[in-house]
Order: sequence, then C-alpha cells, then structure tokens
Amino acid sequence: MSAFRHSLLGRLLADPMALFAMVIIAALVIMALLADVIAPHDPGAMNLADRFAPPSATYWMGTDNLGRDTFSRLLQGGRIALYVALTAVTISGLIGLVLGMLAGFGPRWLDNALLFFFDALRAYPTIILALALAALMPRGLSTVIIVVVITSFAEYGRVVRTQTLSLKNSEFILAERAMGASFGRIVFHHILPNVLGPFFILAAMNLPVVITIEAGMSFLGIGVPPGTPSWGATLKDGFDYIRNTPWILLSGGLPLILATLGFTFLGEALRDQLDPRLRKTR
Amino acid sequence: MLRYTFQRIVLALAIVFFAISALYTVMITLPGDPTTVLLGPRATPEIRADFRERAGLDNPVHVQIAHFWGRILTGDMGTDFNRNRPVADSVFSALPHTVALVFGAIFWSATLGILLGAFSADNRGSWLDRLTGILSVGFIAAPSFVVALYSLLIFSVWLRWFPTIGAGEPGDIMSRLYHLALPSFAIGLAWVGYVARIVRASMLEALGENYIRTARAFGLPRRTVIYNYALRVAILPAVQVLGVGIGGMLSSAVFAEIVFSRPGLGSLIYDSVSGRNYPVVMGSMLVAIGFFVTCALIADLINAALDPRHRSQR
Repeated sequence: MSAFRHSLLGRLLADPMALFAMVIIAALVIMALLADVIAPHDPGAMNLADRFAPPSATYWMGTDNLGRDTFSRLLQGGRIALYVALTAVTISGLIGLVLGMLAGFGPRWLDNALLFFFDALRAYPTIILALALAALMPRGLSTVIIVVVITSFAEYGRVVRTQTLSLKNSEFILAERAMGASFGRIVFHHILPNVLGPFFILAAMNLPVVITIEAGMSFLGIGVPPGTPSWGATLKDGFDYIRNTPWILLSGGLPLILATLGFTFLGEALRDQLDPRLRKTR
Repeated sequence: MLRYTFQRIVLALAIVFFAISALYTVMITLPGDPTTVLLGPRATPEIRADFRERAGLDNPVHVQIAHFWGRILTGDMGTDFNRNRPVADSVFSALPHTVALVFGAIFWSATLGILLGAFSADNRGSWLDRLTGILSVGFIAAPSFVVALYSLLIFSVWLRWFPTIGAGEPGDIMSRLYHLALPSFAIGLAWVGYVARIVRASMLEALGENYIRTARAFGLPRRTVIYNYALRVAILPAVQVLGVGIGGMLSSAVFAEIVFSRPGLGSLIYDSVSGRNYPVVMGSMLVAIGFFVTCALIADLINAALDPRHRSQR
C-alpha cells in the first residue's frame, strides 16, 4: 500500500486538485466513448416541431434551430474534441521530440537553424494562420490537425532541445561514453527517459489548448464540416440565437470549460509531482 | 546592449521574412491557378494576365518570392478586389482597432494580474492566496472565446451594462473606451492568471534577496519594501510574458472582434477568407506577424535594458 502511495498515481490522487481534474477527465472520456449509449436522442435527427425547445425532461439542454438535441450533440462533440486533441498532440509531440533531440545532439549550425525555425513558427498567431490556411485547404478535421501541428511542435522541440543539451554534458552520460556505450544506447536508454518527464507535462498542458483551437476553428466555420456536432459548432449556433435561446450557448460552452479546466489542473499537478524544483517556487 | 539590440532586430526581421515567405510559397505552389489564390475569384482575366506578368509566375519559386518582397517593400500589398482599393488601405484602417483591443487586454491583465500576484505573495499561504492560485489557473484554462461569448450574454444581453456591437462613435473617446471594455476584458482574463502567477513567484523570490533584507533591516515600512522595491523587480518577467503573449492575444482578438461585431484585423481576415479575398488575407497576415514580432522584440529589449542577466540567456 505504501508503495502505491508513493507512486505517481498515488501522489496525484492525494492532491485534491489533481483528483478533481481526473474525475472531470474520466467523466468526459467515458461520456465520449459511450456517447451512442448515453445519448437520449440521435444527435443528427432534426425535429422541426421541437425547434428551440428550452431545457426539459425530454431535452436536458434544450434543442437548437433545427430541433436537434443539444445534450446528445455535445456528447458526440466530446469524441471529436478528444480525437483531435490526442492525434494532434501525438503528432506534434513526436515531431518536436525528434527535432529537439536533433538540435540538442547535432552540430552547432543545425542547432541554430532549428532554433530559428522554431522561433519563426512561433511568430504565427494560431487562429490567424488557421484562417489563412483554411482559405487554401478543404474544411475538415485533418486541416484542424495540420494547423495545430504546425503551430505547436516548435514548443516541444524547444523543451526537448534544452533538456537534451543539459543532459548531454552531464556526468553520468560522460561516464557512459567513457565506458564505450553506443550512441543508440545513450539516446534511447539515458536521454529519452529523462526527456519524457517535461515532455509529458507539456503534452498535458497542450491538450486543452488543442481542444480550444478545434472548437475555435469550428466556431469560425473553418473546422469540422457543416452539420458535425463539434463543441465549437454548437457554440456558433448558440451565438447566432443568443437573444432568444441562451441555453444553447450556455450548455455549448460548459463541456469546453470543464475539459480545459480538467486538463490544465492535471497538467499543473503532473508538473508539481514530476518536477519538484518547480514546486518550491510556487 | 547595442550589440544585443542589433542582433535581436536582425533576428526579428529574419523571422518575419521567413514566416511570410513560407506562407507565400505554400500559396503559389498549391495545385491550381495561383492567380486565383493570390488575386481572388473576382479578378478579371486582364488583371490576372497583368499580375502573371508582373509577379513573374513562370519563374522559379525563389525569384517569385524576391518579386513579392520587392512589391511589399515599395508599399504595394496588392488590390482588395472586394472593396476596390489597395490592400494596404483595408489593412491599416483595421489595424488600430485590433491594436486598441490588444492593449486594452494588456491593461486589464497587467493591473489585475499584478494586484492579485502582489497580494498573494504578501499573504503567502493564506486562504486568499490559495483561492487566487486556483482562480489564476481557472482564468488561464478558460478559452477566451467562451469568455467572450459568456460575457456578451451576461453583461450585454442580460444586464445591458455594455453595448453588444461595434467599436463606438469615431472621435468620441468615451464611447470608444466603453465599447472596448468588455471585449478587451474577455481577451485579458486568461493573462490575468499568467501575470498573477509570475508576479507572485518572482516576488517571493525577490523577497528572499539580500537588498530586501537590508531594506527591512534599515526599518523601512513593510508596505514600502513589498510594493515599492520587490514589486519593481517582480514585474519584469511579466513584461516578457505579455510581450510573447501578444501572439495569443491576436488570435483571441479574432474571436472578440467577431463576437462583439467590431472592426479590426481579425474580422477583416475572417470576412476575406469567406469571400476568398486572398490578397487581403496575405496582407493582414503580414501586418499581424509584423506587429506580434515587434511587440515581442520591444518586451525583450525592455527586459534586457532593465536586467543585464537577461542578455546572456537565449
């Protein structure tokens, strides 16, 4: 039992904020996975007789301008949000990991070139770049993922580079080298595991950002195709009818706020646990 | 310092050059007729032929990029075919609104963030400090466009405290500020959280420094020591973060401008994208990136001027 208390999960469960975050995330994930089972209505079914129905026992969060059940649509939206977030964070994380280690290990000129490349990518304001690219690319989730990857892998690259650089000259790596360890062994056995800590903290912190970008792009009409029940699309419907049917807007924003809060609190807690140096300054 | 300033300016220019050139390359190498992409669907065949000639679209990519920068440097950003005027006119009439919005957001985040952060550091460990800590993370996590939508609903539609649309009467400063208050608050709220945390952390650090202990030993009032000496040093990292944060604020400004129906760079790009008005998209992009990089540069230089340690870091 005491071993569990000192494990990462055990320590996270002892932190009330982290526990709160994990409950929210677990609830969101379960609702997204079981969306088809839980949903009281077909998320795409239009029922024009019940347009703009206020929240009731039949329609928990009311209906939209086409009489579609908001709650059922939000459940489906959770799937889209989680899918985009996990895919985009994985892709940009992997690109960042490879480029960051290249910069850290490579010759000086490569390091400088990659740093410049990272800086240049950070100059794009995400949503403005999304708008510019959306004008050129077809509307869909792959466009959303591409935009997120372009604007976020540099962040991973920077963190991994800094971490690799500081490890590269540390004593235990020098000792390994002196003992004749191969390059592969040093990278995969020593550097990689030590880089992964900050890497996962960044990934956890990045998930809510990506979820927000997807919702934002869908709100602007440059994300999911029309009719797809993304959270952002629901918010757009709510915005269009803000004066008469505020419940669409209110319930549309709720899962987005919960998701971003949950992942942000989890990221914070992870950082406190994995990086004790930061805990002191808090 | 001079050398550092020079290096930073060159780097900033190189970044703008690279970022815009990359985007332009994507635009001209995409499948399809580049004149459609660069001029928009409303351009007549004569305009297309003329542009093809001037831009040298049959040349290799790097020559075309050189042509593109040649045109930009002479002030020619192309023609806004929807409004029938130069792109520069459209972009520069929208820019001041966005700049006002971003600086309004910085005003909110700096004042509220510094107050909250300094207060937390001063009352470290109290329940108010803990509450501020949780609130800061909450502010950071809340998506700015949901904050914009909710504040529109609550403060404008329900309570009617603030106007719902527009940027106010031209020339009437009070009306302008009145229209600016809510949208800039919606953008700034997230940064209130960041600034509060950074100010709190760096202030706690500063309070442990020797010169603060000396000031205390000399019997200076606690209030003077904390809010005059420690806070002055603690604000510096916040300046840097806000400078870099302007990129994020520009993205949030797109939403704030659309939600509150304000003119500005964001709504200009948004309208141009739906109308396939690419020259305006490209021009707005150039100005947005230029503005962001300039602000980040200024924040960096302010920091370097005030804290020499900063110059040696990268």
